[in-house]
Amino acid sequence: MTTGFPPLLWRRFPERYTLAGNKCETCGTSYFPARKVCPNCRRRGKLVDESMPRKGKIVSWTQCFVGPTGFEHETPYFVAIIELENKVRLLAQLVDSDEKKVKTGACVEKVFRKINDADKSGPIAYGYKFKIVG
Amino acid sequence: MKAGIVGYGAEVPILRIKTEEIARAWKKDGVKIATGLGVKEKAVASFDEDSCTLAVGAARKAVLDFGLNAQKIGAVYVGSESHPYAVKPTASIVSDAIEAGPELMAADLEFACKAGTAGVQMNLGFVEARMIEYGLAIGTDTAQGRPNDALEFTAGSGAGAIIVGDKRNEIIATCEDTYSFTTDTPDFWRRPKEDFPMHAGRFTGEPAYFKHVLSASRGILEKTSYKTKDFDHVVFHQPNAKFPLKAGKILGFEREKFEAGLMCPTIGNTYSGATMVGLCAVLDVAKPGERILAVSYGSGAGSDAFIFKTTKNIEKKRGKIAVKEMIKEKQYIDYAEYIKHRKKLKSL
Ligand SMILES: [Zn+2]
Repeated sequence: MTTGFPPLLWRRFPERYTLAGNKCETCGTSYFPARKVCPNCRRRGKLVDESMPRKGKIVSWTQCFVGPTGFEHETPYFVAIIELENKVRLLAQLVDSDEKKVKTGACVEKVFRKINDADKSGPIAYGYKFKIVG
Repeated sequence: MKAGIVGYGAEVPILRIKTEEIARAWKKDGVKIATGLGVKEKAVASFDEDSCTLAVGAARKAVLDFGLNAQKIGAVYVGSESHPYAVKPTASIVSDAIEAGPELMAADLEFACKAGTAGVQMNLGFVEARMIEYGLAIGTDTAQGRPNDALEFTAGSGAGAIIVGDKRNEIIATCEDTYSFTTDTPDFWRRPKEDFPMHAGRFTGEPAYFKHVLSASRGILEKTSYKTKDFDHVVFHQPNAKFPLKAGKILGFEREKFEAGLMCPTIGNTYSGATMVGLCAVLDVAKPGERILAVSYGSGAGSDAFIFKTTKNIEKKRGKIAVKEMIKEKQYIDYAEYIKHRKKLKSL
């Protein structure tokens, strides 16, 4: 996780704050993170900026009992592969969700949270996590 | 004024701690304290929430639930006494997170618990002057209560966002007038680098909260020639449930008029968020043509009073999930978990 070096953190703000990715206008496929070239269309592809939808569903999940450095106090926590409404898949932490509701197929919505602020004198890393809705 | 509220949103963390649980840790009489303050539980920000994340949550609802174009927001003001950085604005993080930037005015405000309403006043001025199309003001706090201090029972977390605009088809509540009352009163403060605020005990009552809330209320009533009977809803700053009801009684408002906007009993005192969240809860239920008196209070000290009158648009434009419905989704924690989430242990 990038925390210490401000330019590295800053470069990822659009992706972390608004799920900024892109979409190929030729074949209609969305990409997150953004791609430089559409793998389907290659040279014929036309990529335009697009923020990903805020909603999706859980494809797969796991619970972490031993967290990496910076996350050791957050355990146990859920991590899930989420398929967004536009079919894009991403990996994210689940928060505010009742353990009994963490299931494949559960509907989730994006929330804005602190990802890491282990370095008390450094910049705070904010970004996306997801919570189960409904 | 032509300007008014075109969008609103509130964010309250999912975690709750009961007043009795805090009392249990300190071997105090929890039932007596809960009854005395009129607060049975408070909302607690989790380890990954702060004033900024709550502000983003509230602001997003105000934009998305009301179908507004964030790019047309010309000013973002975030009022808090728990901004995550001492130097570095919360407002710039909020405006990027809701995709409102980069062409806008932005600043963080601080006036104890009334910095959010100060932002609403600034935006009303800018919209009236046609300097901006929409202005977003947020009051947000993850209130700091020193362990075993009287404030620990009430210091909650939450945020309220209000978007001001002047399009007739969008305004859900027109601002009829605003009035402020400010004096230098040292009732509550926090010096730089201190973790917890200090307060002057009983001095926070009569010469502080009551003097300013009552003066601002009387001031705006005199300015507008309205009488207490002209109002359908009243929202006062709510450090506990007793203060606003007592102030209302002194002014001659019926207790029922406070019902819709009194959030303190179930989420605690959300400081800069308190009056804003209360106002959001009133807008969730207000009928067209109703008049609302909202008066904030910030220690140090001052009060901002507003008179809003709801329009017929409010029947179709409300928050997707009412504030009082949203707060029903909650998870209780014990005192040890509370200490962990609020990082009150030195090693965290
Ligand atoms: Zn393509």
